[in-house]
Amino acid sequence: MGKNNTKGTGQVVKIDASGLFYRELNAQLKELVANGVGKVELRNVYGQRYIGTDLDRPVDIEIFGVPGNDLGAFMSGPRIIVYGNAQDGCGNTMNDGEIIVHGHAGDIIGLSARGGKIFVRDDVGYRAGIHMKEYKDRKPVLVIGGSAQDFLGEYMAGGILILLGLNLGKREYLKANFIGTGMHGGVIYLRGNVRDYQLGKEVGAAELGEKDHQILRELVGKFASHFDYDAEEILRHKFTKLFPRWLRPYGRLYAY
Amino acid sequence: MKTYLPAKFLIERDPERCIRCQVCVNQCTFDSHYYDAEDDEVRSYEESCVGCHRCVLFCPTKALTIRSNPLDYRDNYNWRPEVIEDIIRQAETGGVLLTGMGDDKGQRIYWDHLVLNASQVTNPSIDPLREPMELTTYLGQKPERVELHADLSLKTELAPQVRLEVPVMFAAMSYGAVSLNVHESLARAATEMGTLWNTGEGGLHPKLYKYGSNTIVQVASGRFGVHPEYLDVARVVEIKIGQGAKPGIGGHLPGEKVSLEVSMTRMIPQGTDALSPAPQHDIYSIEDLAQLVWALKEATNYTKPVSVKIAAVHNSAAIASGMVRAGADIIVLDGLRGSTGAAPKIIRDNVGIPIEMALASVDSRLRQEGIRNQTSIVVSGGIRNSGDVAKAIALGADAVYIGTAALIALGCTVCQQCHTGKCAWGICTTDLALTRRVNPDIGARRLANLLRGWSLELKDILGGMGVNALESLRGNRFHLRGVGLTDTELEILGVRMAGS
Repeated sequence: MGKNNTKGTGQVVKIDASGLFYRELNAQLKELVANGVGKVELRNVYGQRYIGTDLDRPVDIEIFGVPGNDLGAFMSGPRIIVYGNAQDGCGNTMNDGEIIVHGHAGDIIGLSARGGKIFVRDDVGYRAGIHMKEYKDRKPVLVIGGSAQDFLGEYMAGGILILLGLNLGKREYLKANFIGTGMHGGVIYLRGNVRDYQLGKEVGAAELGEKDHQILRELVGKFASHFDYDAEEILRHKFTKLFPRWLRPYGRLYAY
Repeated sequence: MKTYLPAKFLIERDPERCIRCQVCVNQCTFDSHYYDAEDDEVRSYEESCVGCHRCVLFCPTKALTIRSNPLDYRDNYNWRPEVIEDIIRQAETGGVLLTGMGDDKGQRIYWDHLVLNASQVTNPSIDPLREPMELTTYLGQKPERVELHADLSLKTELAPQVRLEVPVMFAAMSYGAVSLNVHESLARAATEMGTLWNTGEGGLHPKLYKYGSNTIVQVASGRFGVHPEYLDVARVVEIKIGQGAKPGIGGHLPGEKVSLEVSMTRMIPQGTDALSPAPQHDIYSIEDLAQLVWALKEATNYTKPVSVKIAAVHNSAAIASGMVRAGADIIVLDGLRGSTGAAPKIIRDNVGIPIEMALASVDSRLRQEGIRNQTSIVVSGGIRNSGDVAKAIALGADAVYIGTAALIALGCTVCQQCHTGKCAWGICTTDLALTRRVNPDIGARRLANLLRGWSLELKDILGGMGVNALESLRGNRFHLRGVGLTDTELEILGVRMAGS
């Protein structure tokens, strides 16, 4: 490490992560980012957790292998590209930045995200996008290319969640049940077939307006460019928009 | 629907004294007073009165008296007035009964059955007025053993430690539940007295970042206001798993309290309920807890202790052991009598165990397992005075949190209306017209005074025992004796009967 004088050069640094404990790996990343490195390539990543946590400025981190849980948790600024599958808690409470997964991701991806964008090429696990938040222009985005498991967008308080279902056949239905349960902010766009009972009690379904098409053109366009898809073809399919029916889904629960 | 609920209080206005200034009308947030212009009289709607005393204390001529309504039901030990009235309220609304503050039922308060020791003849007591007394407490993981260099400097690398000048911290009360002025009062008093205050789970207003070195920030299931700067400014990061007033359930901050500024710190739409899910959805096991503990250590570069707070429940001792092994530098136990800004009454009054029992069993368990040094224990839930603090320390606590006691110092009269958002004392509300009723200059003074008073009393207690440092009392149950307790209670508390 000492040999690489990379300060301010925007240079690419490669790290062989095999045998490295996450603490060591992250310490190296922190030092490199503090020195202003523009891009880091992590090779042979085998399940190290928390990669990118505590990084707070723009830098490209390319991961080859399988990053562990909580990839990019609390992160604020970097762009992480994973050539492999991400595990659980990817983008947990992420503040800003971008995570692009060329593969699948596990449960609770984007949990409580406060900003930034996450793109997953294939499937994700349970409770994707749970409790994402939003304030004015700070709006997290989660785009999932494949399908998702139950409780997608549960408790969502803000942000944009897009589920494309690209790996499903024409007659197949999206896999998730309880979509948007407890949702009270933000918006979900579903592409593909979904039955009414798959939706949470707190969401309503609507046709798309011009503003929705604009959002989809932009975000699906980004998704397609990341993973080499034809955006037009994805967008030709019918989308359903889900919105929170009430600001206060549990407002009538109580006796005062 | 006509309500069958009788008025809880009677409002008596002395016509000789009332000058019709309408201060009571303006001070009451529950609309219990009104001015009748036609008759030039101030009158009352007694059924709205919550007994908070705001009007009584602000009436310039002391014309008001509030009394419990003596309306008696036929005596019935089973169907007491509260039971009857709860049923009436639910029959009229069909909802979950909400309440504020802590459990007000008669479960045994063990502090009242424990007494402290003092020196007589065989060892001298110490006069704290003339001799130094040490209340200093360090929170954080302690090493197995300490090694020194040849020059006597420390060789052992210590985990992050937090120094408290007084072992009493302000408990988690979130921005949104309480007002920004309350947060500022707590932050300033904690800074002045060398202790910590806790943000609760609603984030930290940027105005208060400057008190960061005396601030514990919470990471709870709603993850409100958790971002890198929030973690950076804090002295301690606390993961909230549970709360004594509502173990096992989440929180719904009512939409009325989600004002523009609360919406900003929490990052949720204004006017919506702030929903804290019951579990943290990345924690379904001890291993998952470890994952979040270490994520936060990683995110704060191993510079701050990470605390984990749970409600005291049946298996607290085993859970606490897991928490320590998950890397918690501090564990917080919040007991049955722990308070809240809003909780279902049935949960508040029926779920969880008394803090004294939880503390004794957790401390014993961690000692048995040889891991007590790896964590500090903080307890909360009904600590009322310095006597309770001393007893908690003797039972094994490193420090305590006070919530209700701190709010009482700010004016709270425990009227249990926190969940309505209408707090007439301007404490548990986000209504800007009301929050001004707490002046942070005065609030900080009152809180600092309280801590100063308790510190002096703690020193008196220590001096009487003939010890000059809190460290000598900590976990020293020989300084306690039980009064009116069964053998099983004494065994769990690890305390001998008075006289033995």
